[in-house]
This record gives sequence, C-alpha cells and structure tokens, in this order.
Amino acid sequence: MKVLVPFKSVPDPNDATVAGAAASMPKSVINPFDEIAIEEALRIRERGEAAEIVGVTIGAVAVDEQIRAALAMGVDRAIRIDDTRALDPYAVARILRALIEKEAPHVVIMGKQAVDDDSNQVGQMLAGLLGWPQATFVSKIEFLDNKTRTRCTRETDAGLEVVAINLPAIITTDLRLNEPRYVSLPGLMKARRKPIEILTCDQLGVTVRPLTTVLSTSRPPKRAAGTRVDSVEGLIAKLRQEAKVL
Amino acid sequence: MSMAETLVLIELDRQQVKRPSLHAITLARQLGGDYALLVLGHGLDEIATSLVSYGASAVIVADDPALAEPLADRYAAVIVKAAQKHGAKTLLGSSSTFSKDVLPRAAALLDAPMVTDVLAIEEMDGSVLYRRPINAGSMLATVKLEGDRRVLTVRATAFEAPAADAAPCPTERFAFDAASLPNGMQFISREQRASDRPDLTEARVVVSGGRPLKDKETFERLVGGLADALGGAVGATRAAVDAGMAPNDYQVGQTGKIVAPELYIALGISGAIQHLAGIKDSRIIVAINKDPDAPIFQMATYGMVGDLHQIVPQLIELIRRA
Repeated sequence: MKVLVPFKSVPDPNDATVAGAAASMPKSVINPFDEIAIEEALRIRERGEAAEIVGVTIGAVAVDEQIRAALAMGVDRAIRIDDTRALDPYAVARILRALIEKEAPHVVIMGKQAVDDDSNQVGQMLAGLLGWPQATFVSKIEFLDNKTRTRCTRETDAGLEVVAINLPAIITTDLRLNEPRYVSLPGLMKARRKPIEILTCDQLGVTVRPLTTVLSTSRPPKRAAGTRVDSVEGLIAKLRQEAKVL
Repeated sequence: MSMAETLVLIELDRQQVKRPSLHAITLARQLGGDYALLVLGHGLDEIATSLVSYGASAVIVADDPALAEPLADRYAAVIVKAAQKHGAKTLLGSSSTFSKDVLPRAAALLDAPMVTDVLAIEEMDGSVLYRRPINAGSMLATVKLEGDRRVLTVRATAFEAPAADAAPCPTERFAFDAASLPNGMQFISREQRASDRPDLTEARVVVSGGRPLKDKETFERLVGGLADALGGAVGATRAAVDAGMAPNDYQVGQTGKIVAPELYIALGISGAIQHLAGIKDSRIIVAINKDPDAPIFQMATYGMVGDLHQIVPQLIELIRRA
C-alpha cells in the first residue's frame, strides 16, 4: 500500500504567547496535525501494511527544512510543488488532486486543519474533487478486507463515531490519533540522502488561481481583566448582585 | 419550486434541530435576498414543521433512509444538487464537526471558495468582506472572495439566534435518486452519551476543568458537581481530555467547541491561547486557579486564587443551600 501525506509549513504555534506578543519571525514547523498524519503513516508502514510513504508540500525552497524534518521522521521520499503564491484551500486541493492522480496512492492522510489559517477544508475538498470517500477528525485507523477498506473512529461534536470507508480515501487526523515521534540523529543523517522531487503546477498540468484573498489581519479586541475575589462568599455575592447570573 | 439566493443547512443531532445551527439564518438575513432552509435526514416531518417560521422562502427537506446518518459523500452530493436546483449562490452552515465535514466537500463540488468560522461581515465597494479568526483565535483576518458562488460556515456564538415569528413558509420535499448517491462510506456506530446535562454549545452555564483536577473521579465530583448545582454543561481543556479525565467531545477551545454562555467557570485552567479563543465571548468568566499569574486571570470577570479542591466543594454547598 502507498500512503501519501500532504503537509504544510506553519509558524511554530508555540512561539506565540497568550498576550498576542508573537515573535516577529517565528520559526517554521510542520503543521502539528500533519505531523500526526506523518506519524500515523509511519506506524502503518511499521505494522507492515504500507510499503511506501510519500510526503508532499507546496511552497518555496524555504520549506525544504520541513521536508527534511518529514524525511527524518521516516517518510520515504518527498515532493515539493514549487509555488510561492498565497494559495487558498481550494487551490491547494486542486493542486493536490493533480498530484494524487499522478501518484495514485491507496490512502491520503493529512491534518484536519493547519494551525495558522484554521480553515479545515483541504482534505474534504480533495475528497470531493477526487470522488473519494473521506473520514475527517480521525482518532483511530484500521485497515480491513485485505486493505480495500478502512475503519476509522471520528471525533465529532456528539462523541465518537465509527465509519468504514472504501479505499482509496482521504483521512484527516485529529489530535488524539497518536503522539508524533521525535526526529532521531540517524533519521536526520538518512534524510540527507532521500530524494526531494521538485514539481511545478505546469508540470502537473493544473492551473489554479486563489479565489480567497486575505485583505488584512488585526488583533481581536481584548477582554479586560475583571476583579479578584478572595472568598467563596465574595464570589457568590458578585455573581448574584453584580453579574446577576445566579 | 422556490428559488433562493442563499441556502442555510440546518443540522440535526439525534433527530432534534441543533439550536446553534439556526444562528446561520441571522447571517443569511444580513446578506439579504431570499433564503431557504435545507435539512437532510430521515423521518423529518416534525422537524420540517418546526422550521417554517424563520422567515425563509421555503424549508427544503431531503428525507430518505439513505440519509439517516450524516455520511459526507452522499450528504455533500444532495446538498450540491439542492443548491443547484434552487439557484443558490451562497451555501451557509454553522461551524460544527458536521458542517466542517460536509460543506468543504460540497464547496469543491460547486467549484466555489469557502470561508470557515465567519464572525462578521462588512461591505466595501460593493463587495462583501468576511471576518474570521486565524492562528487559534489570536488574530482576525478580513477575507474577500471572488466568483459568483461561495460556501460559508459561521461561528454560532457571533450571531444572534433568529426569531421564529414569520408567517409560515411552505415545506418542499427535495426529490433525488437515492440509488445514484455515492456509496463508499458506511456508518458503523456512534458512542451514545448518557447525560442529563445540557449541550455544551447551548448551555447557559458551562463549568470546565483543566489538568489540576488530576483524575476522572475528581473531575466528575468537582466540575460535574458544580455544573449540576448550576444546571450547566461540563467542558474540559485539551490537557484534561488528553489525560483521560473527560471525553473528547467535552473539549472547549479553538480545536474543540466554541462556547459563549452567560456564565463560564474555569477550574484549574491556566488559559492556553487555544482554550481562551473558545470562551472569550462568554458574558461572565470566573477563573479559579492556584497560580496567581495564570493567563486566564487577564480575561476573567472574576478571578479567585486558591486551591480548587477546597473552594469548589464550598461553592457547590453554598449554591445548593440557596
């Protein structure tokens, strides 16, 4: 079985602070949800259910650092689609569709959302474009029936839901699917010798133009800190008399 | 058959309308033009009747055994057919795992861009701009779309519940060939929650707990106990869920549920940015934490520094006594 894992480079979410005083240039990392997808692909290969893991990302040469990190985790080979534009999820989905038609994986595993733009769209759009089944927000993956189907546990608002879907399919990962491994030194050494293929949209035969433009960003209005209370009675009095919620 | 500028997808949970999904109607009204409501499922007669007074041009009902469970491939196919048949340019839903599963797929089938988690709209030079949270809610982005079709999900907490005081509109059965729907996904099971507590996203009071609650029993006794004393819902931080103290669907925050109750009580929650992003529209926030420097105190209406193992039982008792 061949597993394809698309991943995105994002500013390190741990660089930001609650006060919103994000560092001016946070370092980039693999989107944490995508890192979970990579880890799951590795575990599937380690169980003997996958023969090859292909990582793919879109961006300029700067994202090669995250590609090396993915290869160091254990991805077999990687593809970078060279495009420096601010793409929207639909454009990304269309580019990935072109690549998937070329690579023909049995399953695509990717993060449910990127932690920078939080759109939560690409996997589902990709499944729609390909006409493939999808399992989103997944916390458990098993393959069934000689790997023609997968049974996935999904984290939904109403609790856990289990679906069985035919392969090929798109799976998007949720937080509790696994805990990604750290990159090892031998992994890093090996990663240097692994191939990174560079492709362009032209070579993939796909023309996309983003339909979504971010015009501006701003900080949300801050909630002012309120008052400290020092006793349970005092708290209840405030909630009753001042806030009138009790 | 009615035509409608906008189609609003109404969500069901165990054969009930999920109230926050109605808030998308408020955005449909702000956008202007006719809007129709669309509901998918099986055995929907009563549900359809309950939706006729929201000022829509019609309630469109896709009622079929094939839609008994919300499988994304067939749901998206039916939604797209309905949008096309009714000439809808905008497809709207309320942010939830249901709409986030189904609507991006529908957007791709409609060849339309999508905006997730719309908080507000504004107009600039005749085009609509959409404001939405990014970076776990630490920033807001103003987004412009091109093209003549779009799919939007709204943050239910950012839009009022719509009034149901309009003259009743017709309900229309949406006819489709169930045998032609995609058939690659099969529903197996859903973990049934046995809880008398209100739904997190609909409750007037939410009590949430963090890692200092230590274990499942303590969590239930203190967080659950206080929630029950107040008739509220129970929430949890990601850390508490990861530690096995609470089920995953209790998670409140940017990657969990967004809540905006009248009263939010945070027990032993330091205030990770992604958690704060999920509670900041609550009217009153109470924080009880033993760390006086916990970030949550920067946005709590009332903060109390101390040991929640002592404070919470007292609080429960005083509330119960009243």
